[in-house]
Amino acid sequence: MTAPANPEVFVVMVLLTLLAAVTIAIIRQRNLFSVVILTSIYSFLMASVMIALDAVDVAMTEASVGAGVSTVVLLATLHLTKSVEDLPVRRVAIPLFVCIVVGAALIWGSFALPPFGIAEAPIHGHTTPRYIELSKDHLMPPNMVSAVLADFRGYDTLGETTVIFTAGIGVLMLLRGRVRKMLGQGNGAGRDEA
Amino acid sequence: MKLDLILRVGTKLIVPFILVFALYVQFHGDYGPGGGFQAGVIAAGMVILYAIIFGVKKAKQIAPQRLVEVMIPLGVLIFAGTGVASLMLGYNYLDYTGFGSDFLHAHEWGILLVEIGVFVTVSGTMTAMFYAFAERGR
Repeated sequence: MTAPANPEVFVVMVLLTLLAAVTIAIIRQRNLFSVVILTSIYSFLMASVMIALDAVDVAMTEASVGAGVSTVVLLATLHLTKSVEDLPVRRVAIPLFVCIVVGAALIWGSFALPPFGIAEAPIHGHTTPRYIELSKDHLMPPNMVSAVLADFRGYDTLGETTVIFTAGIGVLMLLRGRVRKMLGQGNGAGRDEA
Repeated sequence: MKLDLILRVGTKLIVPFILVFALYVQFHGDYGPGGGFQAGVIAAGMVILYAIIFGVKKAKQIAPQRLVEVMIPLGVLIFAGTGVASLMLGYNYLDYTGFGSDFLHAHEWGILLVEIGVFVTVSGTMTAMFYAFAERGR
């Protein structure tokens, strides 16, 4: 191990250990309400890891979306369904096999990645110096993440916004279309409410 | 939860600050962490908190369902429209250089417009999804 034993490494280690513990708790838990709360805790821990890695924008997104809105949506879903997971009907052998094979393939693939956190990684060689240069020369806003997301890679962000739009429309169609149909079948009075 | 005094008063105190924080994250995104996406989620979180404590009906008075659902495509239109505007000014799609006299200023304008588009879509989607779930629960 070449990593120096500084406080940051220690903090990240503790957080990652807690993440593993929460993951095991999620797997073992059958009560879905507890699973949702544990998922929220997972997101907060992940946000803390991101802060420790100096990725504040990602941490903010993780805390607000992962721990905030998605928890609320999952709780709302639990309100519509029942909150205890059924026992699996089928055998677990084949899914377990698939999981182990895919996991092993991913771990095998990770050996070819450059070491964690080095500056010479290929991804830092091509466009990143240009982004940093432009921000340093005050040709771009100081927050490089905003500049990259909204300017250099505006196409990507337009695509992401379209994805959110599509997802929102899809959820609305699934949830509200049925309600209107059910109300229309039951009694005509509920139609103008929507 | 309608009778819980502490939650109701606490929510009333905290809601304006959440909104101000969302606007700060939105408009300070060029200089600090955050941007349209985070600000949109925080603003939607404010509406959701208000709806949880005071009821969906009250929340629909401050963020009407119709408005929220119009916001979903509106944000994408603002984003794509910014690109069309840059085309009209003689630059590439989503190249903001034409929006102002000097380079930094023009690009800050472009980023601001685009982030507003993201904010509108994200906050609209999140709030509309919550309303849809709340409606199903009744």
